[in-house]
Amino acid sequence: MNQTPQLLVEDLHVRFRTPQRMVHAVRGVSFSVGREKVGIVGESGSGKSQTGRAILKLTPPNGTVSAKRLQFQELDIAGASEREMLKVRGSRISMIMQDPKYALDPVMRVGAQIAEAIPEKPSLSAAEKRDKVMAMLEAVHIRNPARVHDLYPHEVSGGMGQRIMIAMMLMADPDLLIADEPTSALDVTVRMQVLAILDDLVTRRGLGLIFISHDLNLVATFCDRVLIMYAGRIVEECAAADLQNAKHPYTRGLLASLPRIGSRHQKLAVLNRDPAWLND
Amino acid sequence: MTDIPSENAMISVRDLRVSFGSGAGLVHAVDGVSFNVQPGETYGLVGESGCGKSTILRALCGLNPNWSGDVTIGGEAMTPVRTRSFYRRVQMVFQDPYGSLHPRHTVNTTLTEPLKIHGIGDADERITRVLVQVGLGPAFRYRYPHQLSGGQRQRLAIARALILEPQVLLLDEPTSALDVSVQAEILNLLVDLRERLGLTCILVSHDLAVVAHMCDRLGVMNAGKMLEELPVSALEDDSPTHPYTRQLLAASLGYDRRLASTAVEDIEG
Repeated sequence: MNQTPQLLVEDLHVRFRTPQRMVHAVRGVSFSVGREKVGIVGESGSGKSQTGRAILKLTPPNGTVSAKRLQFQELDIAGASEREMLKVRGSRISMIMQDPKYALDPVMRVGAQIAEAIPEKPSLSAAEKRDKVMAMLEAVHIRNPARVHDLYPHEVSGGMGQRIMIAMMLMADPDLLIADEPTSALDVTVRMQVLAILDDLVTRRGLGLIFISHDLNLVATFCDRVLIMYAGRIVEECAAADLQNAKHPYTRGLLASLPRIGSRHQKLAVLNRDPAWLND
Repeated sequence: MTDIPSENAMISVRDLRVSFGSGAGLVHAVDGVSFNVQPGETYGLVGESGCGKSTILRALCGLNPNWSGDVTIGGEAMTPVRTRSFYRRVQMVFQDPYGSLHPRHTVNTTLTEPLKIHGIGDADERITRVLVQVGLGPAFRYRYPHQLSGGQRQRLAIARALILEPQVLLLDEPTSALDVSVQAEILNLLVDLRERLGLTCILVSHDLAVVAHMCDRLGVMNAGKMLEELPVSALEDDSPTHPYTRQLLAASLGYDRRLASTAVEDIEG
């Protein structure tokens, strides 16, 4: 699965200055992503979302990012200017946010929002743009694209909204997709449909996917490779299929604390955090 | 189907209907739902967002007076407006402990308020006892919610519900805003309290695994209707027959491309 890496991250740090103290959110993370599905799992505050944002240089202004290497294909992201990043964001690396309710513009029709993501080409007529949008809506399995094209975001369901976001992100044909909890706002059955669309895109278009999630079961069954983050570090990396045999006590603790069908009347294991995990 | 006589039930719901809006915008959020909960039982309600499961809880605990049907709790028929004594018997724990606690009330204020409303005197003793019960301890008494973690906040929300020593606890997605390791702590706490205090509970969740862990029986809801009621043992044996329940069951196990391809076919535009 892991041929030429699209993205190389080496010793990534993200620090935030707060009035009280310096918060070291990401502490020396290294990984690579090829044309595959890489899952980043961890609990809230583990630094998984900040890792995703740092790749796109979307770290909030009170944060500083440093890395030995932050390389996307031929581009050195760490040294790239804001002007260069504008050419990368949304066109070569796209990000899918958690909740379509907040990420879509509420006063703009769906079709127009997707059309905005078409890379600037003055030669395209309005009709050509509309055709492109329609084709993309179909690609994300929206059955009646003509109707959805003219709706406002509040008129579509959560699952549909997430598909619209995916359509928008794919308009520019990116090589890398960063999905930050793309399905946690969705119902389980709709979640399956959205995942299937992402899955097919990785397979057919050969793009790389970074899938950030707190859901161990989901990542184990959906991704190819999993990175487990704890307190700003990657504590374990394994093939998704081997997650059940994870070795790190934190990963094992998380897995054991999941309720499952068949665990009735048993006490769930509670994670005992070992201070040593912060340093190894 | 498990049929349980309604005369012995702690909670009996017959043909409950709740609707919102009017005219063309009329939505039947709960559309003729019936079920019974035995004393000491924890009954699960599962379904996707918008299926009406939380609306049922809000109608049961008196937060929404616009319902019709027959509801009895502890043998007493419910009317849309509840008496004060009702809240000594029935309490609710909400989904989001970041939203359900007053940010400028200390733990002490939060826990004193119900006691004041009900004119209960031994506040000191009760607050200490309930804080120990939920595993926080008296040291937390003068803290503010922002000084507590998500799990500690949910413990406080449970303490607030328990301080009146109710018989019935209504749980609306009590762990869905929490990390999995914290979820385990809260679920263990709820199991423990339920046994020690003999609580009757209704647990609403979209997570089949959580319901299967906590409950003995559950009702599966979709679009305001109860599709089926089944014992949790049926989930454990993998024997539910209703296609929707089977779909929920499959989805709870994680991602499966083959299942997903049938799901993709179902998308309406």
